[in-house]
Amino acid sequence: MLDKRVNTLEDAVAGIRDGSVILISGFGNAGIPVELIHALIDQGARDLTIVSNNAGAGRTDLSALLATGRVRKIICSFPKTSGSVVFDELYAAGKIELELVPQGTLSERMRAGGAGLGGFYTPTAVGTDLAKGKETRMIDGREYVLEKPIKGDFALIKAERADRWGNLTYRLAARNFGPTMAMAAACTIVQVREIVELGGIDPDQVITPGIFVDRVVAVPNPQPAGQP
Amino acid sequence: MSQVLTRDQIARRVARDIPDGAYVNLGIGLPTLVANFVPHDREVIYQSENGILGMGPAPEKGKEDLDLINASKQFVTLLPGAAICHHTDAFAMMRGGHLDLALLGGFQVSSDGDLANWSTGDEKSPPAVGGAMDLAAGAKAVWVLMEHVTKSGEPKIVERCTYPLTAKSVVDRIYTNMAVIDVVDDGLLVREIIPGMDFEALQARTGARLRLANDWKPLNGV
Repeated sequence: MLDKRVNTLEDAVAGIRDGSVILISGFGNAGIPVELIHALIDQGARDLTIVSNNAGAGRTDLSALLATGRVRKIICSFPKTSGSVVFDELYAAGKIELELVPQGTLSERMRAGGAGLGGFYTPTAVGTDLAKGKETRMIDGREYVLEKPIKGDFALIKAERADRWGNLTYRLAARNFGPTMAMAAACTIVQVREIVELGGIDPDQVITPGIFVDRVVAVPNPQPAGQP
Repeated sequence: MSQVLTRDQIARRVARDIPDGAYVNLGIGLPTLVANFVPHDREVIYQSENGILGMGPAPEKGKEDLDLINASKQFVTLLPGAAICHHTDAFAMMRGGHLDLALLGGFQVSSDGDLANWSTGDEKSPPAVGGAMDLAAGAKAVWVLMEHVTKSGEPKIVERCTYPLTAKSVVDRIYTNMAVIDVVDDGLLVREIIPGMDFEALQARTGARLRLANDWKPLNGV
């Protein structure tokens, strides 16, 4: 029987190794898997590389993880969110490495990672500082930059509803990076508000097919992200 | 005596030019104001890079939804007919040339249409780019909305950008508090100037050579 449900947040993050690359969903405070991140903090893995659009706000969730000093590097597009105090302090102190990636390139690099592609050529960032040192190529008269895939060892994702096969639905703009990150990690861990019976999600409404998901855990009343 | 436009007046002027039925992405800051002034008889579909097509105005107080924010992380609503997508698809809309128009703020625009709007090169603060480069590289048309000069009076329209570039040769039109200027193949063509300012005075506040269109008009803020 295929059953991706786990009973506790502790079980959900079990086995995350030191040195892992972890993809974390969310844009602003929408779609951030707050409870999974706090479970990861309790779990204790260190020397992590985090891939996420922002670098945390307030003092909770991603900021709390950064504050543990267990994140070696963050790959993101916009670390300077208002209220990103923890990241700012670490960055100013030289205690965290930042790889800045244009947002669409960040998302597409993960899609490439999940789709088995060796990279892609994009017009984004051509002629800018963020393309320095990268291979470029003229294709049909336009210049493109080669971008390589990003794969995660783990992904931590917030979705709305799952079944035991791991099929997922999302809610509004909290969907953001979830579907792409689910494809791009070797082990995709998802917190959902509700786990329903097989067949409880209309197949036409499934956004992430269960094949991209490894573990689901129910968090019926998730806390908002980015709290002081 | 010439009177420069207010930010609302710049936004109102731009709104007049947005065609009915256009798919539009509004950048952070001044461009966000434009939505307030689009004539009600025009149907404009706003995209937000975090996966919203058909974004509506801010919700009433107390009706905010934590899962419904725009690219500036402000609470928004959805219009009837709106669609939600994931990030990779939202950027396919942007980078793939599906958006008719991107309205962006700017630090500098060059006479070749190069845009600098993501970084002032200050090494003390961490850099942040977000979707600026994807949007500038991908939209069918890019209009930049900005003050004509900096607070200290330096021109923001220049021969070559000194700030780090967002994208090369992408800007089609510049709306400032003094003029409307098209970026054409051989440079910058002034379409409108605020009443009371002559072409020489505008040129003196601009760091690149301008040409005046034969059919130029006064820029009325209304």
